[in-house]
Amino acid sequence: MKYRSVFDIIGPVMIGPSSSHTAGAARIGRVARQLFGKAPKTVTIRLYGSFAKTYKGHGTDVALIGGLLDFDTFDERIVQAVRLAEETGMAVEFIEEDEHTDHPNTVRLHLKDNEDELDIVGVSVGGGKIEITELNGFEISLSGSHPALLVVHQDRYGAVATVASILAEHEVNISHMEVSRKLKGQVALMVIETDQEVSQAIATDCLARPNMLNVAVLA
Amino acid sequence: MFRTVAELIDITKSKNIPISEVMILKEIEETGKSREEIFAQMGKNLEVMEAAVLRGIKEDVKSHSGLTGGDAVLLQKYIESGKSLSGTTLLDAVSKAVATNEVNAAMGTICATPTAGSAGVVPGTLFGLKEKLNPTKEQMVRFLFTSGAFGYVVANNASISGAAGGCQAEVGSATGMAAAAIVELAGGTPDQSAHAMAIALKNMLGLVCDPVAGLVEVPCVKRNAIGASTAVVAADMSLAGITSRIPCDEVIDAMYEIGQRMPSAFKETAEGGLAATPTARALEAKIFGAALAKERS
Repeated sequence: MKYRSVFDIIGPVMIGPSSSHTAGAARIGRVARQLFGKAPKTVTIRLYGSFAKTYKGHGTDVALIGGLLDFDTFDERIVQAVRLAEETGMAVEFIEEDEHTDHPNTVRLHLKDNEDELDIVGVSVGGGKIEITELNGFEISLSGSHPALLVVHQDRYGAVATVASILAEHEVNISHMEVSRKLKGQVALMVIETDQEVSQAIATDCLARPNMLNVAVLA
Repeated sequence: MFRTVAELIDITKSKNIPISEVMILKEIEETGKSREEIFAQMGKNLEVMEAAVLRGIKEDVKSHSGLTGGDAVLLQKYIESGKSLSGTTLLDAVSKAVATNEVNAAMGTICATPTAGSAGVVPGTLFGLKEKLNPTKEQMVRFLFTSGAFGYVVANNASISGAAGGCQAEVGSATGMAAAAIVELAGGTPDQSAHAMAIALKNMLGLVCDPVAGLVEVPCVKRNAIGASTAVVAADMSLAGITSRIPCDEVIDAMYEIGQRMPSAFKETAEGGLAATPTARALEAKIFGAALAKERS
Protein backbone atom coordinates (compact mmCIF):
# COMPACT_ATOMS: atom_id res chain seq x y z
CA MET A 1 0.00 0.00 0.00
CA LYS A 2 1.47 3.31 -1.12
CA TYR A 3 -0.45 5.38 1.40
CA ARG A 4 -0.35 3.97 4.87
CA SER A 5 -1.61 6.64 7.28
CA VAL A 6 -4.83 8.63 7.36
CA PHE A 7 -2.59 11.70 7.68
CA ASP A 8 -1.26 11.02 4.19
CA ILE A 9 -4.82 11.75 3.06
CA ILE A 10 -5.96 14.39 5.58
CA GLY A 11 -2.70 16.32 5.61
CA PRO A 12 -0.09 17.61 5.47
CA VAL A 13 -0.64 21.05 6.92
CA MET A 14 1.20 23.16 4.40
CA ILE A 15 1.80 26.43 2.63
CA GLY A 16 -0.12 26.43 -0.68
CA PRO A 17 -0.72 26.10 -3.48
CA SER A 18 0.02 22.46 -4.43
CA SER A 19 0.56 19.37 -2.27
CA SER A 20 2.57 17.58 -4.94
CA HIS A 21 4.32 20.58 -6.50
CA THR A 22 4.81 22.67 -3.34
CA ALA A 23 4.67 20.49 -0.17
CA GLY A 24 6.17 17.41 -1.87
CA ALA A 25 8.87 19.58 -3.44
CA ALA A 26 9.69 21.15 -0.06
CA ARG A 27 10.00 17.67 1.46
CA ILE A 28 12.37 16.48 -1.28
CA GLY A 29 14.49 19.61 -0.84
CA ARG A 30 14.60 19.05 2.91
CA VAL A 31 15.63 15.38 2.62
CA ALA A 32 18.45 16.50 0.31
CA ARG A 33 19.50 19.15 2.82
CA GLN A 34 19.43 16.69 5.73
CA LEU A 35 21.47 14.10 3.84
CA PHE A 36 23.97 16.78 2.86
CA GLY A 37 24.09 17.70 6.54
CA LYS A 38 24.66 21.41 6.02
CA ALA A 39 23.68 24.31 3.77
CA PRO A 40 25.03 23.71 0.25
CA LYS A 41 26.83 26.50 -1.64
CA THR A 42 25.41 25.60 -5.04
CA VAL A 43 22.47 23.45 -6.08
CA THR A 44 21.60 22.35 -9.61
CA ILE A 45 18.00 21.21 -9.91
CA ARG A 46 16.75 19.26 -12.93
CA LEU A 47 12.97 19.13 -13.30
CA TYR A 48 11.07 16.49 -15.28
CA GLY A 49 7.50 16.01 -16.53
CA SER A 50 4.79 18.09 -14.91
CA PHE A 51 7.42 19.60 -12.59
CA ALA A 52 9.27 20.97 -15.63
CA LYS A 53 6.07 22.30 -17.25
CA THR A 54 4.42 24.00 -14.30
CA TYR A 55 7.01 24.64 -11.62
CA LYS A 56 6.78 28.42 -11.86
CA GLY A 57 3.03 28.47 -11.37
CA HIS A 58 3.04 26.06 -8.45
CA GLY A 59 5.95 27.61 -6.60
CA THR A 60 7.86 24.32 -6.96
CA ASP A 61 11.13 26.27 -7.27
CA VAL A 62 10.38 28.31 -4.17
CA ALA A 63 9.39 25.18 -2.22
CA LEU A 64 12.49 23.20 -3.26
CA ILE A 65 14.66 26.09 -2.12
CA GLY A 66 12.62 26.29 1.11
CA GLY A 67 13.32 22.61 1.71
CA LEU A 68 17.01 23.15 0.99
CA LEU A 69 16.91 25.82 3.71
CA ASP A 70 15.56 23.09 6.05
CA PHE A 71 11.99 24.47 6.19
CA ASP A 72 9.04 22.12 6.81
CA THR A 73 5.91 22.13 4.58
CA PHE A 74 4.04 24.49 6.93
CA ASP A 75 6.92 26.93 7.52
CA GLU A 76 5.75 30.36 6.38
CA ARG A 77 9.32 31.34 5.52
CA ILE A 78 8.92 29.17 2.38
CA VAL A 79 7.23 32.15 0.71
CA GLN A 80 10.49 34.16 1.06
CA ALA A 81 12.79 31.21 0.30
CA VAL A 82 14.35 32.70 -2.86
CA ARG A 83 15.44 35.86 -1.03
CA LEU A 84 16.55 33.93 2.06
CA ALA A 85 18.70 31.60 -0.08
CA GLU A 86 20.37 34.58 -1.73
CA GLU A 87 21.06 36.11 1.66
CA THR A 88 22.69 32.92 2.93
CA GLY A 89 24.80 32.64 -0.21
CA MET A 90 23.14 29.57 -1.70
CA ALA A 91 23.16 29.65 -5.52
CA VAL A 92 20.38 27.60 -7.12
CA GLU A 93 20.01 26.83 -10.82
CA PHE A 94 16.90 25.25 -12.37
CA ILE A 95 17.01 23.19 -15.57
CA GLU A 96 13.87 22.01 -17.39
CA GLU A 97 14.43 18.55 -18.83
CA ASP A 98 12.46 16.98 -21.72
CA GLU A 99 13.38 13.41 -20.88
CA HIS A 100 10.50 11.10 -19.97
CA THR A 101 10.51 9.68 -16.44
CA ASP A 102 8.42 6.94 -14.81
CA HIS A 103 6.51 9.45 -12.70
CA PRO A 104 5.59 12.93 -14.01
CA ASN A 105 6.78 14.74 -10.87
CA THR A 106 10.46 13.87 -10.75
CA VAL A 107 13.40 16.06 -9.73
CA ARG A 108 17.18 15.54 -9.53
CA LEU A 109 19.17 17.73 -7.18
CA HIS A 110 22.92 18.13 -7.13
CA LEU A 111 24.20 19.81 -3.95
CA LYS A 112 27.76 21.09 -3.60
CA ASP A 113 30.05 23.05 -1.37
CA ASN A 114 33.87 23.26 -1.25
CA GLU A 115 34.24 19.79 0.31
CA ASP A 116 31.20 17.67 -0.50
CA GLU A 117 28.73 16.73 -3.23
CA LEU A 118 25.38 14.96 -3.12
CA ASP A 119 23.18 13.75 -5.96
CA ILE A 120 19.59 12.77 -5.21
CA VAL A 121 16.46 11.94 -7.20
CA GLY A 122 13.06 12.49 -5.63
CA VAL A 123 9.52 11.85 -6.83
CA SER A 124 6.42 13.62 -5.55
CA VAL A 125 3.73 10.96 -5.85
CA GLY A 126 0.68 12.98 -4.78
CA GLY A 127 -0.88 14.58 -1.73
CA GLY A 128 2.54 15.71 -0.46
CA LYS A 129 3.96 12.20 -0.29
CA ILE A 130 7.46 11.65 -1.69
CA GLU A 131 9.78 8.84 -2.69
CA ILE A 132 13.56 8.89 -3.05
CA THR A 133 14.67 6.73 -5.95
CA GLU A 134 18.38 7.49 -6.25
CA LEU A 135 21.14 8.72 -3.98
CA ASN A 136 24.73 9.35 -5.10
CA GLY A 137 24.32 6.89 -7.92
CA PHE A 138 22.83 4.24 -5.64
CA GLU A 139 19.43 3.18 -6.89
CA ILE A 140 17.30 2.80 -3.84
CA SER A 141 13.89 1.24 -3.62
CA LEU A 142 12.14 3.26 -0.98
CA SER A 143 8.48 2.44 -1.31
CA GLY A 144 7.52 5.61 0.51
CA SER A 145 4.82 3.63 2.30
CA HIS A 146 6.79 3.24 5.54
CA PRO A 147 8.77 5.66 7.67
CA ALA A 148 12.41 5.43 6.69
CA LEU A 149 15.86 6.30 7.91
CA LEU A 150 18.63 7.06 5.42
CA VAL A 151 22.17 6.87 6.78
CA VAL A 152 25.28 7.79 4.81
CA HIS A 153 28.25 6.24 6.60
CA GLN A 154 31.84 5.04 6.28
CA ASP A 155 31.93 1.39 5.22
CA ARG A 156 33.25 -0.05 8.54
CA TYR A 157 32.31 -3.02 10.66
CA GLY A 158 29.81 -2.26 13.38
CA ALA A 159 28.12 0.63 11.54
CA VAL A 160 25.00 -1.36 10.72
CA ALA A 161 24.84 -2.87 14.20
CA THR A 162 25.11 0.59 15.79
CA VAL A 163 22.10 1.95 13.90
CA ALA A 164 20.10 -1.24 14.44
CA SER A 165 20.70 -1.13 18.19
CA ILE A 166 19.66 2.53 18.43
CA LEU A 167 16.40 1.64 16.69
CA ALA A 168 15.93 -1.30 19.06
CA GLU A 169 16.47 0.95 22.09
CA HIS A 170 13.65 3.18 20.83
CA GLU A 171 11.44 0.12 20.20
CA VAL A 172 11.38 0.73 16.46
CA ASN A 173 11.08 -2.38 14.32
CA ILE A 174 12.89 -2.65 10.96
CA SER A 175 10.62 -3.88 8.17
CA HIS A 176 13.11 -3.63 5.28
CA MET A 177 16.77 -2.78 5.04
CA GLU A 178 19.32 -2.29 2.28
CA VAL A 179 23.02 -1.56 2.56
CA SER A 180 24.97 -0.53 -0.50
CA ARG A 181 28.43 0.77 -1.26
CA LYS A 182 30.47 1.58 -4.32
CA LEU A 183 33.87 0.48 -3.00
CA LYS A 184 34.97 -1.45 0.05
CA GLY A 185 35.90 0.88 2.92
CA GLN A 186 34.47 3.94 1.22
CA VAL A 187 31.14 5.72 1.64
CA ALA A 188 28.14 3.43 2.05
CA LEU A 189 24.42 3.92 2.39
CA MET A 190 21.90 2.30 4.73
CA VAL A 191 18.25 2.52 3.75
CA ILE A 192 16.05 1.34 6.59
CA GLU A 193 12.27 1.15 6.49
CA THR A 194 10.47 0.81 9.80
CA ASP A 195 7.04 -0.04 11.19
CA GLN A 196 7.05 2.81 13.70
CA GLU A 197 7.84 6.45 13.07
CA VAL A 198 11.48 7.46 13.36
CA SER A 199 11.91 10.49 15.62
CA GLN A 200 14.45 13.26 15.07
CA ALA A 201 16.04 12.14 18.35
CA ILE A 202 16.91 8.78 16.76
CA ALA A 203 18.48 10.54 13.80
CA THR A 204 20.50 12.81 16.08
CA ASP A 205 21.64 9.83 18.15
CA CYS A 206 22.79 7.95 15.02
CA LEU A 207 24.67 10.95 13.69
CA ALA A 208 26.62 11.29 16.94
CA ARG A 209 28.14 7.78 16.59
CA PRO A 210 31.45 6.95 14.86
CA ASN A 211 31.53 6.56 11.06
CA MET A 212 28.13 8.20 10.54
CA LEU A 213 28.26 10.97 7.94
CA ASN A 214 24.68 12.07 7.39
CA VAL A 215 21.25 10.99 8.49
CA ALA A 216 17.78 11.86 7.18
CA VAL A 217 14.32 10.77 8.24
CA LEU A 218 11.48 10.19 5.79
CA ALA A 219 8.02 10.21 7.39
CA MET B 1 -7.14 -4.25 7.59
CA PHE B 2 -9.05 -2.91 4.56
CA ARG B 3 -8.01 -2.31 0.97
CA THR B 4 -11.41 -1.65 -0.57
CA VAL B 5 -14.60 0.18 0.31
CA ALA B 6 -16.40 -3.21 0.45
CA GLU B 7 -13.92 -4.47 3.07
CA LEU B 8 -14.25 -1.21 5.01
CA ILE B 9 -18.03 -1.53 5.11
CA ASP B 10 -17.78 -5.22 6.11
CA ILE B 11 -15.68 -4.29 9.14
CA THR B 12 -18.20 -1.65 10.23
CA LYS B 13 -20.90 -4.33 10.12
CA SER B 14 -19.02 -7.16 11.80
CA LYS B 15 -17.74 -4.93 14.61
CA ASN B 16 -20.78 -2.65 14.68
CA ILE B 17 -18.67 0.53 14.58
CA PRO B 18 -18.77 3.63 12.34
CA ILE B 19 -16.35 4.13 9.41
CA SER B 20 -14.44 6.79 11.35
CA GLU B 21 -13.73 4.24 14.09
CA VAL B 22 -12.33 1.70 11.59
CA MET B 23 -9.94 4.36 10.31
CA ILE B 24 -8.85 5.26 13.85
CA LEU B 25 -8.25 1.58 14.74
CA LYS B 26 -6.25 1.12 11.57
CA GLU B 27 -4.12 4.17 12.35
CA ILE B 28 -3.41 2.84 15.87
CA GLU B 29 -2.43 -0.54 14.41
CA GLU B 30 -0.32 0.94 11.62
CA THR B 31 1.64 3.57 13.57
CA GLY B 32 1.61 2.27 17.15
CA LYS B 33 0.46 5.72 18.32
CA SER B 34 -2.18 6.10 21.01
CA ARG B 35 -5.80 7.00 20.26
CA GLU B 36 -5.34 10.30 22.11
CA GLU B 37 -2.29 11.22 20.02
CA ILE B 38 -4.08 10.39 16.77
CA PHE B 39 -7.20 12.29 17.78
CA ALA B 40 -5.15 15.32 18.84
CA GLN B 41 -3.26 15.34 15.54
CA MET B 42 -6.50 15.29 13.55
CA GLY B 43 -7.87 17.97 15.89
CA LYS B 44 -4.95 20.20 14.89
CA ASN B 45 -5.71 19.62 11.21
CA LEU B 46 -9.31 20.65 11.92
CA GLU B 47 -8.07 23.89 13.51
CA VAL B 48 -5.93 24.68 10.45
CA MET B 49 -8.98 24.09 8.23
CA GLU B 50 -11.18 26.35 10.33
CA ALA B 51 -8.59 29.14 10.35
CA ALA B 52 -8.31 28.96 6.54
CA VAL B 53 -12.11 29.03 6.12
CA LEU B 54 -12.48 32.02 8.44
CA ARG B 55 -9.65 33.89 6.75
CA GLY B 56 -11.13 33.26 3.31
CA ILE B 57 -14.66 34.39 4.13
CA LYS B 58 -13.59 37.49 6.08
CA GLU B 59 -10.41 38.84 4.52
CA ASP B 60 -9.89 40.11 1.03
CA VAL B 61 -7.48 37.30 0.11
CA LYS B 62 -5.71 37.77 -3.23
CA SER B 63 -3.25 35.44 -4.94
CA HIS B 64 0.08 36.78 -6.27
CA SER B 65 -1.10 36.36 -9.85
CA GLY B 66 -4.32 38.21 -9.11
CA LEU B 67 -6.34 35.42 -10.78
CA THR B 68 -8.25 34.42 -7.64
CA GLY B 69 -9.46 35.84 -4.36
CA GLY B 70 -12.46 37.60 -2.89
CA ASP B 71 -15.16 35.25 -4.21
CA ALA B 72 -15.87 33.64 -0.82
CA VAL B 73 -16.62 37.11 0.56
CA LEU B 74 -18.96 37.80 -2.38
CA LEU B 75 -20.82 34.55 -1.71
CA GLN B 76 -21.16 35.30 2.00
CA LYS B 77 -22.67 38.71 1.21
CA TYR B 78 -25.04 37.11 -1.29
CA ILE B 79 -26.16 34.52 1.29
CA GLU B 80 -26.86 37.36 3.75
CA SER B 81 -29.02 39.12 1.17
CA GLY B 82 -31.44 36.17 1.42
CA LYS B 83 -31.78 35.92 -2.35
CA SER B 84 -29.87 32.66 -2.86
CA LEU B 85 -31.60 30.11 -5.06
CA SER B 86 -29.74 27.00 -3.93
CA GLY B 87 -30.26 27.64 -0.21
CA THR B 88 -28.16 28.87 2.67
CA THR B 89 -26.63 25.54 3.74
CA LEU B 90 -25.50 24.49 0.28
CA LEU B 91 -24.15 27.92 -0.61
CA ASP B 92 -22.39 28.28 2.74
CA ALA B 93 -20.55 25.00 2.04
CA VAL B 94 -19.66 26.29 -1.42
CA SER B 95 -18.37 29.62 -0.06
CA LYS B 96 -16.22 27.85 2.55
CA ALA B 97 -14.71 25.56 -0.06
CA VAL B 98 -13.88 28.65 -2.12
CA ALA B 99 -12.44 30.34 0.99
CA THR B 100 -10.02 27.47 1.59
CA ASN B 101 -8.78 27.35 -1.99
CA GLU B 102 -8.41 31.11 -2.18
CA VAL B 103 -6.18 31.00 0.91
CA ASN B 104 -4.26 28.12 -0.67
CA ALA B 105 -3.75 30.04 -3.92
CA ALA B 106 -2.41 32.98 -1.92
CA MET B 107 0.26 30.70 -0.43
CA GLY B 108 -1.57 30.66 2.88
CA THR B 109 -1.63 27.76 5.34
CA ILE B 110 -4.09 24.93 4.62
CA CYS B 111 -4.49 21.22 5.28
CA ALA B 112 -4.31 19.07 2.13
CA THR B 113 -7.50 16.94 1.80
CA PRO B 114 -6.42 14.87 -0.05
CA THR B 115 -4.32 17.45 -1.92
CA ALA B 116 -3.87 21.21 -1.71
CA GLY B 117 -5.61 21.83 -5.04
CA SER B 118 -8.64 19.93 -3.71
CA ALA B 119 -8.36 21.16 -0.12
CA GLY B 120 -11.64 23.09 -0.16
CA VAL B 121 -14.30 20.39 -0.55
CA VAL B 122 -13.94 18.48 2.74
CA PRO B 123 -13.65 21.47 5.13
CA GLY B 124 -16.09 23.49 3.02
CA THR B 125 -18.86 20.94 3.46
CA LEU B 126 -18.01 20.30 7.12
CA PHE B 127 -18.10 23.95 8.16
CA GLY B 128 -20.99 24.65 5.78
CA LEU B 129 -23.13 22.01 7.50
CA LYS B 130 -22.05 22.98 11.01
CA GLU B 131 -24.98 25.28 11.66
CA LYS B 132 -27.54 22.80 10.37
CA LEU B 133 -26.21 19.65 12.08
CA ASN B 134 -24.62 21.27 15.14
CA PRO B 135 -21.86 18.65 15.52
CA THR B 136 -19.62 18.25 18.57
CA LYS B 137 -15.85 18.74 18.18
CA GLU B 138 -15.49 14.94 18.31
CA GLN B 139 -17.99 14.49 15.47
CA MET B 140 -16.12 17.07 13.41
CA VAL B 141 -12.84 15.24 13.93
CA ARG B 142 -14.58 11.96 13.06
CA PHE B 143 -15.81 13.57 9.83
CA LEU B 144 -12.15 13.89 8.85
CA PHE B 145 -11.36 10.25 9.71
CA THR B 146 -14.33 9.08 7.61
CA SER B 147 -13.21 11.25 4.67
CA GLY B 148 -9.72 9.89 5.21
CA ALA B 149 -10.89 6.27 5.09
CA PHE B 150 -12.43 6.72 1.63
CA GLY B 151 -9.49 8.79 0.45
CA TYR B 152 -7.16 6.05 1.65
CA VAL B 153 -8.91 3.48 -0.55
CA VAL B 154 -8.82 5.82 -3.56
CA ALA B 155 -5.15 6.73 -3.04
CA ASN B 156 -4.08 3.09 -2.83
CA ASN B 157 -6.27 1.68 -5.61
CA ALA B 158 -6.36 4.62 -8.02
CA SER B 159 -4.70 8.01 -7.49
CA ILE B 160 -5.09 11.35 -5.74
CA SER B 161 -2.61 13.13 -8.01
CA GLY B 162 -3.73 15.42 -10.83
CA ALA B 163 -0.46 14.76 -12.63
CA ALA B 164 -1.19 11.03 -12.56
CA GLY B 165 -4.99 10.91 -12.89
CA GLY B 166 -6.40 14.34 -13.77
CA CYS B 167 -8.72 16.51 -11.65
CA GLN B 168 -11.10 13.57 -11.14
CA ALA B 169 -8.34 12.12 -8.90
CA GLU B 170 -8.13 15.32 -6.85
CA VAL B 171 -11.41 17.25 -6.65
CA GLY B 172 -13.24 14.06 -7.70
CA SER B 173 -11.76 12.10 -4.80
CA ALA B 174 -12.33 14.97 -2.37
CA THR B 175 -15.97 15.21 -3.43
CA GLY B 176 -16.54 11.49 -2.90
CA MET B 177 -14.75 11.59 0.46
CA ALA B 178 -16.85 14.54 1.63
CA ALA B 179 -20.12 12.96 0.46
CA ALA B 180 -19.37 9.79 2.44
CA ALA B 181 -18.42 11.75 5.57
CA ILE B 182 -21.53 13.97 5.35
CA VAL B 183 -23.68 10.82 5.41
CA GLU B 184 -22.03 9.60 8.62
CA LEU B 185 -22.32 13.04 10.24
CA ALA B 186 -26.02 13.22 9.30
CA GLY B 187 -26.68 9.82 10.87
CA GLY B 188 -26.69 7.61 7.76
CA THR B 189 -25.33 4.07 7.54
CA PRO B 190 -21.88 3.00 6.25
CA ASP B 191 -23.61 1.54 3.17
CA GLN B 192 -25.18 4.93 2.50
CA SER B 193 -21.75 6.55 2.85
CA ALA B 194 -20.39 4.23 0.16
CA HIS B 195 -23.32 4.98 -2.15
CA ALA B 196 -22.89 8.72 -1.61
CA MET B 197 -19.20 8.43 -2.49
CA ALA B 198 -20.05 6.40 -5.61
CA ILE B 199 -22.74 8.85 -6.74
CA ALA B 200 -20.44 11.83 -6.20
CA LEU B 201 -17.37 10.33 -7.86
CA LYS B 202 -19.36 9.09 -10.87
CA ASN B 203 -20.16 12.70 -11.63
CA MET B 204 -16.52 13.71 -11.52
CA LEU B 205 -15.20 10.97 -13.84
CA GLY B 206 -13.19 12.25 -16.76
CA LEU B 207 -12.53 15.64 -15.23
CA VAL B 208 -9.18 16.84 -16.58
CA CYS B 209 -6.48 18.82 -14.77
CA ASP B 210 -5.88 21.89 -16.94
CA PRO B 211 -4.69 24.70 -14.70
CA VAL B 212 -4.34 28.11 -16.36
CA ALA B 213 -0.66 29.15 -16.34
CA GLY B 214 0.00 25.99 -14.33
CA LEU B 215 -1.37 27.77 -11.25
CA VAL B 216 -3.64 26.06 -8.71
CA GLU B 217 -6.23 28.77 -9.24
CA VAL B 218 -8.27 28.63 -12.45
CA PRO B 219 -10.33 26.45 -12.64
CA CYS B 220 -9.34 24.76 -9.33
CA VAL B 221 -11.08 27.16 -6.94
CA LYS B 222 -14.45 26.94 -8.70
CA ARG B 223 -14.14 23.17 -9.17
CA ASN B 224 -13.82 22.87 -5.41
CA ALA B 225 -16.92 25.07 -5.10
CA ILE B 226 -19.06 22.87 -7.33
CA GLY B 227 -17.42 19.77 -5.82
CA ALA B 228 -18.74 20.84 -2.41
CA SER B 229 -22.24 21.27 -3.79
CA THR B 230 -22.06 17.87 -5.51
CA ALA B 231 -20.94 16.24 -2.25
CA VAL B 232 -23.89 17.64 -0.31
CA VAL B 233 -26.40 16.68 -3.02
CA ALA B 234 -24.93 13.16 -3.39
CA ALA B 235 -25.16 12.70 0.40
CA ASP B 236 -28.79 13.86 0.34
CA MET B 237 -29.60 11.46 -2.51
CA SER B 238 -28.07 8.55 -0.63
CA LEU B 239 -29.80 9.51 2.63
CA ALA B 240 -33.06 9.54 0.67
CA GLY B 241 -32.48 5.86 -0.08
CA ILE B 242 -31.07 6.16 -3.60
CA THR B 243 -28.29 3.66 -4.36
CA SER B 244 -25.52 3.62 -6.95
CA ARG B 245 -26.00 0.79 -9.46
CA ILE B 246 -22.21 0.60 -9.84
CA PRO B 247 -20.54 -0.27 -6.52
CA CYS B 248 -18.15 2.31 -5.05
CA ASP B 249 -15.01 0.18 -5.60
CA GLU B 250 -15.81 -0.25 -9.29
CA VAL B 251 -16.33 3.50 -9.68
CA ILE B 252 -12.87 3.99 -8.14
CA ASP B 253 -11.42 1.42 -10.57
CA ALA B 254 -13.11 3.21 -13.47
CA MET B 255 -11.59 6.49 -12.30
CA TYR B 256 -8.16 4.87 -12.28
CA GLU B 257 -8.58 3.47 -15.78
CA ILE B 258 -9.77 6.82 -17.13
CA GLY B 259 -6.77 8.50 -15.50
CA GLN B 260 -4.35 5.99 -17.02
CA ARG B 261 -5.77 6.51 -20.51
CA MET B 262 -6.02 10.29 -20.20
CA PRO B 263 -3.48 12.11 -22.43
CA SER B 264 -0.74 13.88 -20.47
CA ALA B 265 -1.86 17.23 -21.94
CA PHE B 266 -4.77 16.98 -19.49
CA LYS B 267 -2.77 15.93 -16.45
CA GLU B 268 -1.39 19.05 -14.80
CA THR B 269 0.95 20.02 -17.62
CA ALA B 270 -0.90 23.20 -18.67
CA GLU B 271 -0.72 21.92 -22.26
CA GLY B 272 -4.40 21.36 -22.96
CA GLY B 273 -7.99 22.17 -22.09
CA LEU B 274 -8.66 25.50 -20.40
CA ALA B 275 -4.91 26.07 -19.96
CA ALA B 276 -4.43 26.15 -23.74
CA THR B 277 -7.22 28.63 -24.55
CA PRO B 278 -6.23 32.02 -26.01
CA THR B 279 -7.37 33.80 -22.84
CA ALA B 280 -5.34 31.44 -20.64
CA ARG B 281 -2.20 31.94 -22.74
CA ALA B 282 -2.71 35.72 -22.61
CA LEU B 283 -3.06 35.58 -18.82
CA GLU B 284 0.05 33.42 -18.64
CA ALA B 285 2.02 35.96 -20.66
CA LYS B 286 0.81 38.73 -18.39
CA ILE B 287 1.75 36.84 -15.20
CA PHE B 288 5.15 35.48 -16.23
CA GLY B 289 6.15 38.11 -18.79
CA ALA B 290 5.91 35.48 -21.55
CA ALA B 291 3.58 32.59 -22.31
CA LEU B 292 4.84 29.18 -21.18
CA ALA B 293 3.60 27.66 -24.43
CA LYS B 294 1.74 28.54 -27.60
CA GLU B 295 -2.03 28.72 -27.56
CA ARG B 296 -4.00 25.87 -29.03
CA SER B 297 -4.58 26.40 -32.75
